[in-house]
Amino acid sequence: MASSLLSPSFTSFLRTKKDLSFSALSSQRCPKGVPRRIRCAVAAPQRQPSTTGSVRTAMTMTEKILARASEKAQLSPGDNVWVNIDILMTHDVCGPGSIGIFKREFGEDAKVWDREKVVIIPDHYIFTSDERANRNVDILRDFCHEQNIKYFYDIKDLSNFKVNPDYKGVCHVALAQEGHCRPGEVLLGTDSHTCTAGAFGQFATGIGNTDAGFVLGTGKLLLKVPPTLRFVLDGEMPDYLLSKDLILQIIGEISVAGATYKAMEFVGTTVESLTMEERMTLCNMVVEAGGKNGVVPADSTTFKYLEGKTSMPYEPVYSDQQARFLSEYRFDVSKLEPVVAKPHSPDNRALARECKDVKIDRVYIGSCTGGKTEDFLAAAKVFLASGKTVKVPTFLVPATQKVWMDLYSIPVPGSGGKTCSQIFEEAGCDTPASPSCGACLGGPKDTYARMNEPKVCVSTTNRNFPGRMGHKEGQIYLASPYTAAASALTGYVTDPREFLQ
Amino acid sequence: MALFSGTATVVPRNLALTSSAKLCVVRSSSPRFLSYLGKAGFGNRVALSLSTVRAESSACLSGSGSGSGSGSFHGLCYVVGDNIDTDQIIPAEYLTLVPSKPDEYEKLGSYAMVGLPASYANRFIQPGHTKTNYSILIAGANFGCGSSREHAPVALGASGVSAVVAHSYARIFFRNSVATGEVYPLESQLRLCEECTTGDVVTIELGLNRFINHTTGKEYLLKPIGDAGPVIEAGGIFAYARKTGMIPSR
Repeated sequence: MASSLLSPSFTSFLRTKKDLSFSALSSQRCPKGVPRRIRCAVAAPQRQPSTTGSVRTAMTMTEKILARASEKAQLSPGDNVWVNIDILMTHDVCGPGSIGIFKREFGEDAKVWDREKVVIIPDHYIFTSDERANRNVDILRDFCHEQNIKYFYDIKDLSNFKVNPDYKGVCHVALAQEGHCRPGEVLLGTDSHTCTAGAFGQFATGIGNTDAGFVLGTGKLLLKVPPTLRFVLDGEMPDYLLSKDLILQIIGEISVAGATYKAMEFVGTTVESLTMEERMTLCNMVVEAGGKNGVVPADSTTFKYLEGKTSMPYEPVYSDQQARFLSEYRFDVSKLEPVVAKPHSPDNRALARECKDVKIDRVYIGSCTGGKTEDFLAAAKVFLASGKTVKVPTFLVPATQKVWMDLYSIPVPGSGGKTCSQIFEEAGCDTPASPSCGACLGGPKDTYARMNEPKVCVSTTNRNFPGRMGHKEGQIYLASPYTAAASALTGYVTDPREFLQ
Repeated sequence: MALFSGTATVVPRNLALTSSAKLCVVRSSSPRFLSYLGKAGFGNRVALSLSTVRAESSACLSGSGSGSGSGSFHGLCYVVGDNIDTDQIIPAEYLTLVPSKPDEYEKLGSYAMVGLPASYANRFIQPGHTKTNYSILIAGANFGCGSSREHAPVALGASGVSAVVAHSYARIFFRNSVATGEVYPLESQLRLCEECTTGDVVTIELGLNRFINHTTGKEYLLKPIGDAGPVIEAGGIFAYARKTGMIPSR
């Protein structure tokens, strides 16, 4: 199983949801496995009904999170409520505009509503000589100093990211690694992939500059409660599949607008067996189905990941047994095959093996979707199993500084102690680049690995609309890190089973 | 669709004007102009006249009172298909432009829809121009999908687009359009992208939820914009909130 390989100590958490709740309860009483600060959502009689689960009408976990954050006992899909925001994240592309609106509307001397709840992460256009892009990071820095923002992950020396200890990289991965993603909370960000944080059992969604400007001033936002689509993924995950295959499968099923305005809740034995990073991949791409947010119930995997990352108390919530879902989709994951999304839409699904005649020019492994440590470990596993070298340029862009360091320090299982970076070098890949959003969204012309010519690329990123990685006529095949690595080895879109079996 | 429903009572007072003059609607549609449209030949000459009318109209809202959403738009339409994502509306390389800076706002407008593939023969903005001749954009399903960049509705608004008429929208684009008040994100009952051709002369009558294609002589029903209408008419959520007393006026 992929996840057990990547995290050998992990044991599957195959219980019913009821059991999950009890697990949280017992761990509160007996704080060996889970930190004491996790207050249980099930047995907390002093709390409002919406947080205890003892409600008159059953709710989904998305409804419960929004109910608590809006101080209501009960919410239904379609309700418009003012929601208290736990964390607002912004970055160098939308931060300056959000700050501009905040100042215009609240005044030049206005203060943000809570300097500890605003997280500012430069990540998009960092390693570029584009003056306006550089200026935008300066705007963020000035604002953070002026407002005394507690969490600002700054970069000053662009020549070497490693001399910038505060610099993290891709915001959605950094948010998780720095402990800003917590069960039961509401996280908004000026980036559509903010939904990634739903992996932690929280409500997380992307907003625009104007809404962000409003949140900066008030700490609140008017949100409409979404109905929930439920995705039940059961069965043992074959060892040639990754979470990316699951979400591409789902988007192919429901289309790029199939979840518009809706929450997507992922449950089932497969989801319970996934690591946090794999759950993040799942939730990351709900926006590619139009989803407002994605959510995975928090469990022992979540709590374990959060140990040592946050000292904030948090309270997970879970969907009631009788909660109403707009519809339910069931997948037997053991029967699925590796898939890709063909140009130019994330729902243009095909089996990887059906595309074996598609000649490619390059492979890109990176981004919030496919640039996490486990994504690189997965790619390294394929290179290691093949013992061959890549046939096309293969670009590696770690999401964050932590991921970059992992590539140079974590031994790849079964390699006799080699790191990912050694395996990538032996396979003939490009040296891992400085962590950032990189060429996932094209960016300034001098962005590393940007598609400046109409090439064909297999990419572990999230979008393949025309022009997404730079050139309008470029063709992007979205794929898992396994499939991306296998394709690099052949120069064609390739099913990873060719190397993993 | 009713994004802001049931949250505020409308007390129209102290209309706050936003920085963007083009948010204005042609209030109580001019009969003179409509009749002119009705029999004109719709060449480039008309397009010029239209832009003149647009320019005149941009001052008209300043004196108006409540947001009944009863205005109308007239102009040439530009037609795109399904799933036009924000990278096609405004490619990522232009996101270094900060929409809240007036000069960069204008620049964003000049790049609107530049990400459309070469299969779109008519350019949305003519070479050497910074504004579009097409004040109404017609799209298929899921318009504005992809990233949450507010630059997308801003670029359209800054380029001179008043309204988008799509079969459906991606959520964040719709929300950003309302929050900024940059463009009216209207929904059509039918797939108007198959009923209209780029360059057709069209009219939108908001109060009647009516879409008229003068070139083909056909009329269509739009879905009501609902409570989002007054927010856009006011110029976005901040202007609306001030106008209705939700937040103090400055």
